[in-house]
Amino acid sequence: MLSGPIMCLALPGRIVEMIEAGETASTTGALPFARVEFGSITREVCLAYTPEATVGDYVIVHVGFAIQCLDEQAARRTLDLLEQQPGGLPERETGA
Amino acid sequence: MKYVESFRDPERIRRVATALAAACTRPWNVMEVCGGQTHTIARYAIDDLLPDGLGLIHGPGCPVCVTPLEVIAAAQTLARMPGVILCSFGDMLRVPGPRGDLLAARAEGGDVRVVLSPLDAVEIARGQPDRQVVFFAVGFETTAPSTAMSVELARRLGLENYSLLVAHVRVPPAMELLLSAPGNRVQGFLAAGHVCTITGTSEYPAIAARHRVPIVVTGFEPLDILLGLLDVVRQLESGRAEVSNQYARAVKPEGNPAARAMVDRVFEVADVPWRGLGVVAHGGLRVRDDHARFDAIRRHELAMPAIPEPEVCRAAEVLQGRLAPLECPAFGAECTPETPLGAPMVSTEGACAAYHRYRSGARERP
Repeated sequence: MLSGPIMCLALPGRIVEMIEAGETASTTGALPFARVEFGSITREVCLAYTPEATVGDYVIVHVGFAIQCLDEQAARRTLDLLEQQPGGLPERETGA
Repeated sequence: MKYVESFRDPERIRRVATALAAACTRPWNVMEVCGGQTHTIARYAIDDLLPDGLGLIHGPGCPVCVTPLEVIAAAQTLARMPGVILCSFGDMLRVPGPRGDLLAARAEGGDVRVVLSPLDAVEIARGQPDRQVVFFAVGFETTAPSTAMSVELARRLGLENYSLLVAHVRVPPAMELLLSAPGNRVQGFLAAGHVCTITGTSEYPAIAARHRVPIVVTGFEPLDILLGLLDVVRQLESGRAEVSNQYARAVKPEGNPAARAMVDRVFEVADVPWRGLGVVAHGGLRVRDDHARFDAIRRHELAMPAIPEPEVCRAAEVLQGRLAPLECPAFGAECTPETPLGAPMVSTEGACAAYHRYRSGARERP
Protein backbone atom coordinates (compact mmCIF):
# COMPACT_ATOMS: atom_id res chain seq x y z
CA MET A 1 0.00 0.00 0.00
CA LEU A 2 2.77 2.46 0.80
CA SER A 3 4.91 1.51 -2.18
CA GLY A 4 4.07 3.04 -5.51
CA PRO A 5 4.02 6.56 -6.88
CA ILE A 6 5.79 8.76 -4.37
CA MET A 7 5.10 12.24 -5.55
CA CYS A 8 1.35 12.19 -6.20
CA LEU A 9 0.75 9.57 -3.61
CA ALA A 10 -1.04 10.84 -0.58
CA LEU A 11 -2.95 8.38 1.53
CA PRO A 12 -5.71 8.75 4.11
CA GLY A 13 -4.74 7.58 7.58
CA ARG A 14 -6.26 7.83 11.03
CA ILE A 15 -4.54 9.72 13.86
CA VAL A 16 -4.20 7.29 16.74
CA GLU A 17 -1.89 9.18 19.11
CA MET A 18 -0.42 12.66 19.40
CA ILE A 19 3.33 12.70 20.15
CA GLU A 20 4.34 14.90 23.05
CA ALA A 21 6.44 17.77 21.68
CA GLY A 22 8.61 18.02 24.79
CA GLU A 23 10.18 14.57 24.36
CA THR A 24 11.46 15.24 20.90
CA ALA A 25 12.05 18.99 20.61
CA SER A 26 15.74 18.47 19.93
CA THR A 27 14.89 16.53 16.82
CA THR A 28 11.52 17.94 15.84
CA GLY A 29 12.07 21.64 16.53
CA ALA A 30 8.75 21.63 18.40
CA LEU A 31 6.79 20.82 15.24
CA PRO A 32 3.64 18.82 16.05
CA PHE A 33 3.74 15.08 15.25
CA ALA A 34 1.28 12.22 15.59
CA ARG A 35 1.17 8.49 15.01
CA VAL A 36 -1.09 7.78 12.04
CA GLU A 37 -2.49 4.38 11.13
CA PHE A 38 -2.79 3.19 7.52
CA GLY A 39 -4.42 -0.21 7.76
CA SER A 40 -1.85 -2.34 9.61
CA ILE A 41 1.00 0.17 9.21
CA THR A 42 1.67 3.06 11.58
CA ARG A 43 3.83 6.07 10.72
CA GLU A 44 4.89 9.24 12.49
CA VAL A 45 3.44 12.18 10.61
CA CYS A 46 4.01 15.92 10.96
CA LEU A 47 0.80 17.86 11.62
CA ALA A 48 2.26 21.33 11.06
CA TYR A 49 -0.14 21.94 8.16
CA THR A 50 -3.22 20.47 9.90
CA PRO A 51 -3.02 22.09 13.35
CA GLU A 52 -6.71 21.44 13.99
CA ALA A 53 -6.38 17.66 13.50
CA THR A 54 -6.72 15.46 16.56
CA VAL A 55 -6.93 11.81 17.63
CA GLY A 56 -9.55 9.93 15.64
CA ASP A 57 -9.42 12.29 12.65
CA TYR A 58 -8.46 11.08 9.20
CA VAL A 59 -5.76 13.05 7.43
CA ILE A 60 -4.32 12.95 3.91
CA VAL A 61 -0.60 12.20 4.29
CA HIS A 62 2.14 12.97 1.75
CA VAL A 63 5.89 12.48 2.28
CA GLY A 64 5.55 12.49 6.05
CA PHE A 65 3.15 15.44 6.35
CA ALA A 66 -0.59 15.68 6.84
CA ILE A 67 -1.66 18.08 4.07
CA GLN A 68 -5.40 18.17 4.75
CA CYS A 69 -7.98 16.68 7.05
CA LEU A 70 -10.12 14.22 5.14
CA ASP A 71 -13.68 15.48 4.94
CA GLU A 72 -15.57 12.38 6.06
CA GLN A 73 -18.96 13.92 5.31
CA ALA A 74 -17.90 14.69 1.74
CA ALA A 75 -16.67 11.11 1.34
CA ARG A 76 -19.94 9.80 2.70
CA ARG A 77 -21.97 11.97 0.32
CA THR A 78 -20.04 10.69 -2.68
CA LEU A 79 -20.42 7.05 -1.67
CA ASP A 80 -24.08 7.29 -0.64
CA LEU A 81 -24.92 8.65 -4.07
CA LEU A 82 -23.76 5.39 -5.55
CA GLU A 83 -25.11 2.93 -2.97
CA GLN A 84 -22.99 0.58 -0.97
CA GLN A 85 -21.45 -2.67 -2.14
CA PRO A 86 -18.50 -4.54 -0.60
CA GLY A 87 -15.50 -5.83 -2.55
CA GLY A 88 -12.72 -4.52 -4.72
CA LEU A 89 -12.35 -4.12 -8.46
CA PRO A 90 -10.40 -6.99 -10.06
CA GLU A 91 -7.06 -5.56 -11.14
CA ARG A 92 -5.32 -6.27 -14.42
CA GLU A 93 -2.39 -8.60 -13.76
CA THR A 94 1.00 -6.92 -14.01
CA GLY A 95 2.85 -7.47 -17.30
CA ALA A 96 5.83 -9.86 -17.39
CA MET B 1 -8.40 0.68 4.48
CA LYS B 2 -11.21 3.04 5.15
CA TYR B 3 -11.68 5.71 2.46
CA VAL B 4 -9.61 3.70 -0.01
CA GLU B 5 -11.47 0.41 -0.60
CA SER B 6 -14.85 2.08 -0.99
CA PHE B 7 -13.45 4.05 -3.92
CA ARG B 8 -12.42 0.79 -5.61
CA ASP B 9 -15.84 -0.84 -5.28
CA PRO B 10 -16.75 -2.54 -8.58
CA GLU B 11 -20.50 -2.00 -8.29
CA ARG B 12 -20.20 1.75 -7.85
CA ILE B 13 -17.65 1.84 -10.65
CA ARG B 14 -20.05 -0.01 -12.96
CA ARG B 15 -22.83 2.45 -12.21
CA VAL B 16 -20.65 5.41 -13.08
CA ALA B 17 -19.30 3.70 -16.22
CA THR B 18 -22.90 3.11 -17.33
CA ALA B 19 -23.78 6.75 -16.71
CA LEU B 20 -20.66 7.82 -18.60
CA ALA B 21 -21.56 5.70 -21.63
CA ALA B 22 -25.05 7.21 -21.63
CA ALA B 23 -23.71 10.75 -21.36
CA CYS B 24 -21.16 10.45 -24.16
CA THR B 25 -22.67 11.01 -27.63
CA ARG B 26 -19.63 12.45 -29.41
CA PRO B 27 -15.86 11.82 -29.44
CA TRP B 28 -13.88 13.72 -26.81
CA ASN B 29 -10.26 13.85 -25.68
CA VAL B 30 -9.58 14.33 -22.00
CA MET B 31 -6.21 14.69 -20.29
CA GLU B 32 -5.54 13.38 -16.83
CA VAL B 33 -2.70 15.55 -15.58
CA CYS B 34 -1.17 13.43 -12.88
CA GLY B 35 1.01 10.35 -13.24
CA GLY B 36 -0.67 8.77 -10.25
CA GLN B 37 -3.95 9.00 -12.15
CA THR B 38 -2.32 7.44 -15.22
CA HIS B 39 -1.23 4.52 -13.08
CA THR B 40 -4.72 3.99 -11.73
CA ILE B 41 -6.10 4.05 -15.27
CA ALA B 42 -3.59 1.43 -16.40
CA ARG B 43 -3.79 -0.71 -13.27
CA TYR B 44 -7.58 -0.97 -13.23
CA ALA B 45 -7.97 -1.05 -17.04
CA ILE B 46 -10.24 1.97 -16.90
CA ASP B 47 -9.89 2.61 -20.63
CA ASP B 48 -11.69 -0.69 -21.17
CA LEU B 49 -14.68 0.73 -19.28
CA LEU B 50 -14.93 3.88 -21.37
CA PRO B 51 -17.24 4.53 -24.31
CA ASP B 52 -15.42 4.16 -27.62
CA GLY B 53 -15.32 7.85 -28.48
CA LEU B 54 -13.73 8.96 -25.20
CA GLY B 55 -9.97 9.19 -25.53
CA LEU B 56 -7.56 9.72 -22.65
CA ILE B 57 -4.39 11.70 -23.22
CA HIS B 58 -1.81 11.18 -20.49
CA GLY B 59 -0.41 14.37 -19.04
CA PRO B 60 3.10 15.34 -17.95
CA GLY B 61 2.26 14.98 -14.28
CA CYS B 62 5.33 13.00 -13.38
CA PRO B 63 7.79 15.19 -11.46
CA VAL B 64 10.64 12.73 -11.94
CA CYS B 65 9.98 12.70 -15.70
CA VAL B 66 10.02 16.50 -16.03
CA THR B 67 13.13 17.14 -13.93
CA PRO B 68 15.61 18.68 -16.38
CA LEU B 69 18.62 16.64 -17.40
CA GLU B 70 20.97 19.38 -16.13
CA VAL B 71 19.43 19.06 -12.66
CA ILE B 72 19.87 15.28 -12.77
CA ALA B 73 23.50 15.87 -13.77
CA ALA B 74 23.88 18.26 -10.82
CA ALA B 75 22.52 15.54 -8.51
CA GLN B 76 25.15 13.16 -9.85
CA THR B 77 27.87 15.76 -9.30
CA LEU B 78 26.71 16.27 -5.71
CA ALA B 79 26.50 12.53 -5.10
CA ARG B 80 30.16 12.19 -6.10
CA MET B 81 31.32 15.21 -4.08
CA PRO B 82 33.42 14.25 -1.04
CA GLY B 83 31.66 15.00 2.23
CA VAL B 84 28.21 15.27 0.64
CA ILE B 85 25.24 13.04 1.43
CA LEU B 86 22.59 13.25 -1.30
CA CYS B 87 19.12 12.35 -0.03
CA SER B 88 16.46 11.52 -2.61
CA PHE B 89 13.09 9.93 -3.13
CA GLY B 90 13.62 6.43 -4.49
CA ASP B 91 12.19 7.17 -7.94
CA MET B 92 15.06 9.45 -8.91
CA LEU B 93 17.78 6.89 -8.33
CA ARG B 94 17.32 5.07 -11.63
CA VAL B 95 16.78 7.98 -14.00
CA PRO B 96 19.52 7.69 -16.59
CA GLY B 97 21.83 10.70 -16.73
CA PRO B 98 25.04 11.69 -18.50
CA ARG B 99 27.17 9.51 -16.20
CA GLY B 100 24.72 6.72 -15.50
CA ASP B 101 22.20 7.02 -12.71
CA LEU B 102 22.43 7.81 -9.01
CA LEU B 103 22.72 4.11 -8.22
CA ALA B 104 25.88 4.06 -10.32
CA ALA B 105 27.17 7.10 -8.39
CA ARG B 106 26.53 5.17 -5.19
CA ALA B 107 28.33 2.12 -6.54
CA GLU B 108 31.30 4.37 -7.27
CA GLY B 109 31.44 5.50 -3.65
CA GLY B 110 28.96 8.36 -3.60
CA ASP B 111 26.78 8.66 -0.49
CA VAL B 112 23.21 8.51 -1.81
CA ARG B 113 20.38 7.81 0.63
CA VAL B 114 16.74 7.05 -0.15
CA VAL B 115 14.28 9.00 1.99
CA LEU B 116 10.51 8.95 2.22
CA SER B 117 10.30 12.53 3.51
CA PRO B 118 12.45 15.68 3.51
CA LEU B 119 12.27 15.41 7.32
CA ASP B 120 14.41 12.26 7.02
CA ALA B 121 17.06 14.33 5.22
CA VAL B 122 17.03 16.92 8.02
CA GLU B 123 17.45 14.14 10.58
CA ILE B 124 20.47 12.86 8.65
CA ALA B 125 21.90 16.39 8.63
CA ARG B 126 21.31 16.73 12.36
CA GLY B 127 23.10 13.46 13.05
CA GLN B 128 26.08 14.17 10.78
CA PRO B 129 27.22 17.75 11.41
CA ASP B 130 30.53 17.17 9.60
CA ARG B 131 28.82 16.25 6.33
CA GLN B 132 26.94 18.41 3.84
CA VAL B 133 23.44 17.03 3.32
CA VAL B 134 21.53 17.87 0.14
CA PHE B 135 17.87 16.97 -0.30
CA PHE B 136 16.84 16.42 -3.92
CA ALA B 137 13.59 18.36 -3.81
CA VAL B 138 11.45 16.99 -6.63
CA GLY B 139 7.68 17.28 -6.83
CA PHE B 140 4.66 19.41 -7.55
CA GLU B 141 2.81 21.88 -5.37
CA THR B 142 1.84 18.87 -3.23
CA THR B 143 5.41 18.33 -2.11
CA ALA B 144 6.85 21.86 -1.98
CA PRO B 145 5.26 22.66 1.43
CA SER B 146 6.97 19.64 2.95
CA THR B 147 10.30 20.75 1.49
CA ALA B 148 9.69 24.27 2.81
CA MET B 149 8.94 22.96 6.30
CA SER B 150 12.15 20.92 6.22
CA VAL B 151 14.03 24.19 5.72
CA GLU B 152 12.10 25.71 8.63
CA LEU B 153 13.02 22.70 10.77
CA ALA B 154 16.69 22.97 9.78
CA ARG B 155 16.59 26.64 10.72
CA ARG B 156 15.00 25.89 14.12
CA LEU B 157 17.61 23.24 14.83
CA GLY B 158 20.41 25.64 13.86
CA LEU B 159 21.72 23.31 11.14
CA GLU B 160 24.45 24.73 8.91
CA ASN B 161 24.82 21.68 6.71
CA TYR B 162 21.41 21.29 5.00
CA SER B 163 20.49 22.48 1.51
CA LEU B 164 18.14 21.70 -1.35
CA LEU B 165 18.62 20.76 -4.99
CA VAL B 166 15.31 22.15 -6.17
CA ALA B 167 13.21 20.71 -8.98
CA HIS B 168 9.77 21.78 -7.78
CA VAL B 169 7.33 22.53 -10.60
CA ARG B 170 3.87 24.09 -10.81
CA VAL B 171 1.10 22.39 -12.72
CA PRO B 172 -1.35 25.08 -13.97
CA PRO B 173 1.32 26.86 -16.06
CA ALA B 174 2.10 23.55 -17.79
CA MET B 175 -1.58 23.02 -18.52
CA GLU B 176 -1.67 26.52 -20.02
CA LEU B 177 1.36 25.68 -22.19
CA LEU B 178 -0.19 22.46 -23.49
CA LEU B 179 -3.49 24.16 -24.27
CA SER B 180 -1.69 26.93 -26.17
CA ALA B 181 0.41 24.53 -28.27
CA PRO B 182 -0.50 24.20 -31.95
CA GLY B 183 -2.24 20.90 -32.60
CA ASN B 184 -3.52 20.64 -29.04
CA ARG B 185 -6.20 17.94 -28.84
CA VAL B 186 -7.06 18.24 -25.15
CA GLN B 187 -10.68 19.31 -24.66
CA GLY B 188 -11.04 18.76 -20.92
CA PHE B 189 -8.90 18.09 -17.87
CA LEU B 190 -8.88 15.88 -14.85
CA ALA B 191 -6.89 18.16 -12.59
CA ALA B 192 -4.34 16.72 -10.17
CA GLY B 193 -6.22 16.14 -6.93
CA HIS B 194 -3.42 16.35 -4.41
CA VAL B 195 -1.92 19.43 -6.06
CA CYS B 196 -5.30 21.06 -5.47
CA THR B 197 -5.30 19.91 -1.84
CA ILE B 198 -2.54 22.48 -1.40
CA THR B 199 -3.37 25.10 -4.03
CA GLY B 200 -7.16 25.03 -4.02
CA THR B 201 -8.89 25.77 -7.29
CA SER B 202 -8.42 29.50 -7.73
CA GLU B 203 -6.00 29.26 -10.68
CA TYR B 204 -8.29 27.19 -12.84
CA PRO B 205 -11.29 29.41 -13.75
CA ALA B 206 -9.06 31.68 -15.85
CA ILE B 207 -7.63 28.70 -17.76
CA ALA B 208 -11.07 27.16 -18.25
CA ALA B 209 -12.47 30.44 -19.59
CA ARG B 210 -9.51 31.34 -21.79
CA HIS B 211 -9.37 27.95 -23.51
CA ARG B 212 -12.99 26.84 -23.10
CA VAL B 213 -12.08 23.60 -21.33
CA PRO B 214 -13.84 22.01 -18.36
CA ILE B 215 -11.42 21.34 -15.50
CA VAL B 216 -12.50 18.79 -12.90
CA VAL B 217 -10.48 18.23 -9.74
CA THR B 218 -10.13 14.45 -9.56
CA GLY B 219 -8.74 11.91 -7.09
CA PHE B 220 -6.69 8.77 -7.59
CA GLU B 221 -8.85 5.73 -6.96
CA PRO B 222 -10.68 4.14 -9.92
CA LEU B 223 -14.05 5.48 -8.78
CA ASP B 224 -12.57 8.97 -8.51
CA ILE B 225 -11.26 8.80 -12.08
CA LEU B 226 -14.66 7.75 -13.42
CA LEU B 227 -16.49 10.43 -11.44
CA GLY B 228 -14.09 12.99 -12.84
CA LEU B 229 -14.61 11.76 -16.39
CA LEU B 230 -18.41 11.77 -15.99
CA ASP B 231 -18.30 15.40 -14.89
CA VAL B 232 -16.00 16.44 -17.75
CA VAL B 233 -18.08 14.62 -20.37
CA ARG B 234 -21.35 16.05 -19.11
CA GLN B 235 -19.83 19.52 -19.33
CA LEU B 236 -18.45 18.92 -22.82
CA GLU B 237 -21.77 17.53 -24.04
CA SER B 238 -23.64 20.60 -22.78
CA GLY B 239 -21.05 23.12 -23.94
CA ARG B 240 -19.93 24.10 -20.45
CA ALA B 241 -16.33 24.92 -19.49
CA GLU B 242 -16.34 25.19 -15.72
CA VAL B 243 -14.16 24.23 -12.79
CA SER B 244 -15.65 21.61 -10.50
CA ASN B 245 -14.45 19.42 -7.66
CA GLN B 246 -14.93 15.66 -7.71
CA TYR B 247 -12.43 15.11 -4.89
CA ALA B 248 -14.19 17.06 -2.15
CA ARG B 249 -13.05 14.67 0.60
CA ALA B 250 -9.47 15.89 0.09
CA VAL B 251 -9.78 19.24 -1.67
CA LYS B 252 -11.23 22.48 -0.33
CA PRO B 253 -11.67 25.43 -2.69
CA GLU B 254 -9.18 27.44 -0.63
CA GLY B 255 -6.65 24.60 -0.47
CA ASN B 256 -4.19 24.77 2.43
CA PRO B 257 -3.21 28.43 2.98
CA ALA B 258 -0.67 27.66 5.73
CA ALA B 259 1.18 25.31 3.41
CA ARG B 260 1.27 27.93 0.64
CA ALA B 261 2.48 30.58 3.09
CA MET B 262 5.46 28.44 4.09
CA VAL B 263 6.31 27.79 0.44
CA ASP B 264 6.24 31.56 -0.19
CA ARG B 265 8.73 32.12 2.67
CA VAL B 266 11.35 29.82 1.21
CA PHE B 267 10.67 29.86 -2.55
CA GLU B 268 9.68 32.22 -5.32
CA VAL B 269 7.96 31.43 -8.61
CA ALA B 270 10.32 31.17 -11.59
CA ASP B 271 10.32 30.32 -15.27
CA VAL B 272 11.81 26.83 -15.33
CA PRO B 273 12.34 24.14 -17.94
CA TRP B 274 10.17 21.03 -17.79
CA ARG B 275 12.02 18.21 -19.43
CA GLY B 276 10.15 17.42 -22.64
CA LEU B 277 8.14 20.66 -22.67
CA GLY B 278 10.75 23.41 -22.70
CA VAL B 279 10.68 26.47 -20.48
CA VAL B 280 7.33 26.93 -18.77
CA ALA B 281 6.60 30.51 -17.70
CA HIS B 282 5.98 30.56 -13.92
CA GLY B 283 6.35 26.80 -14.14
CA GLY B 284 8.51 26.18 -11.10
CA LEU B 285 10.17 27.36 -7.93
CA ARG B 286 13.62 28.61 -6.98
CA VAL B 287 14.99 29.30 -3.51
CA ARG B 288 14.56 32.95 -2.50
CA ASP B 289 17.73 35.02 -2.21
CA ASP B 290 17.15 35.52 1.53
CA HIS B 291 17.33 31.72 1.90
CA ALA B 292 20.31 31.28 -0.45
CA ARG B 293 22.26 29.24 2.09
CA PHE B 294 19.63 26.51 1.66
CA ASP B 295 20.13 26.38 -2.11
CA ALA B 296 22.59 23.62 -3.03
CA ILE B 297 23.33 25.19 -6.40
CA ARG B 298 24.63 28.35 -4.74
CA ARG B 299 26.13 26.68 -1.67
CA HIS B 300 28.09 24.15 -3.69
CA GLU B 301 28.71 26.52 -6.62
CA LEU B 302 27.32 24.15 -9.20
CA ALA B 303 27.58 24.95 -12.87
CA MET B 304 24.44 23.85 -14.71
CA PRO B 305 25.48 23.31 -18.33
CA ALA B 306 22.76 22.35 -20.80
CA ILE B 307 22.96 18.67 -21.71
CA PRO B 308 21.77 17.18 -25.01
CA GLU B 309 18.97 14.65 -24.82
CA PRO B 310 19.58 11.07 -25.96
CA GLU B 311 18.10 10.67 -29.43
CA VAL B 312 16.30 7.34 -29.24
CA CYS B 313 14.07 8.24 -26.31
CA ARG B 314 10.79 9.93 -27.27
CA ALA B 315 9.83 10.91 -23.74
CA ALA B 316 9.16 14.50 -24.79
CA GLU B 317 6.36 13.40 -27.11
CA VAL B 318 4.91 11.14 -24.41
CA LEU B 319 4.96 13.96 -21.86
CA GLN B 320 3.26 16.32 -24.31
CA GLY B 321 0.54 13.75 -24.90
CA ARG B 322 1.46 13.38 -28.58
CA LEU B 323 2.72 9.80 -28.38
CA ALA B 324 1.18 6.97 -26.39
CA PRO B 325 3.71 4.70 -24.68
CA LEU B 326 2.57 1.68 -26.69
CA GLU B 327 3.23 3.61 -29.91
CA CYS B 328 6.92 4.10 -29.13
CA PRO B 329 9.12 1.72 -31.14
CA ALA B 330 11.49 1.27 -28.23
CA PHE B 331 8.72 0.36 -25.75
CA GLY B 332 9.28 -3.08 -24.30
CA ALA B 333 12.28 -3.60 -26.59
CA GLU B 334 15.34 -1.40 -25.90
CA CYS B 335 13.34 0.44 -23.25
CA THR B 336 12.08 -1.48 -20.23
CA PRO B 337 12.00 -0.69 -16.50
CA GLU B 338 15.25 -2.65 -16.15
CA THR B 339 16.94 -0.85 -19.06
CA PRO B 340 15.15 2.51 -19.27
CA LEU B 341 15.95 5.01 -22.01
CA GLY B 342 14.21 7.82 -20.22
CA ALA B 343 12.44 8.93 -17.09
CA PRO B 344 8.84 7.94 -18.00
CA MET B 345 9.90 4.28 -17.97
CA VAL B 346 11.72 4.69 -14.65
CA SER B 347 9.31 6.63 -12.53
CA THR B 348 6.46 4.96 -10.70
CA GLU B 349 4.39 7.87 -12.03
CA GLY B 350 5.68 7.69 -15.60
CA ALA B 351 3.18 6.80 -18.32
CA CYS B 352 5.57 4.32 -19.95
CA ALA B 353 6.16 2.52 -16.67
CA ALA B 354 2.41 2.34 -16.09
CA TYR B 355 1.79 0.74 -19.44
CA HIS B 356 4.72 -1.65 -19.12
CA ARG B 357 3.65 -2.81 -15.71
CA TYR B 358 -0.01 -3.27 -16.46
CA ARG B 359 -0.45 -3.43 -20.20
CA SER B 360 2.64 -4.76 -21.91
CA GLY B 361 0.72 -7.85 -22.91
CA ALA B 362 -1.49 -5.61 -25.02
CA ARG B 363 1.33 -4.06 -27.01
CA GLU B 364 0.50 -3.53 -30.66
CA ARG B 365 2.88 -2.47 -33.39
CA PRO B 366 1.42 0.33 -35.52
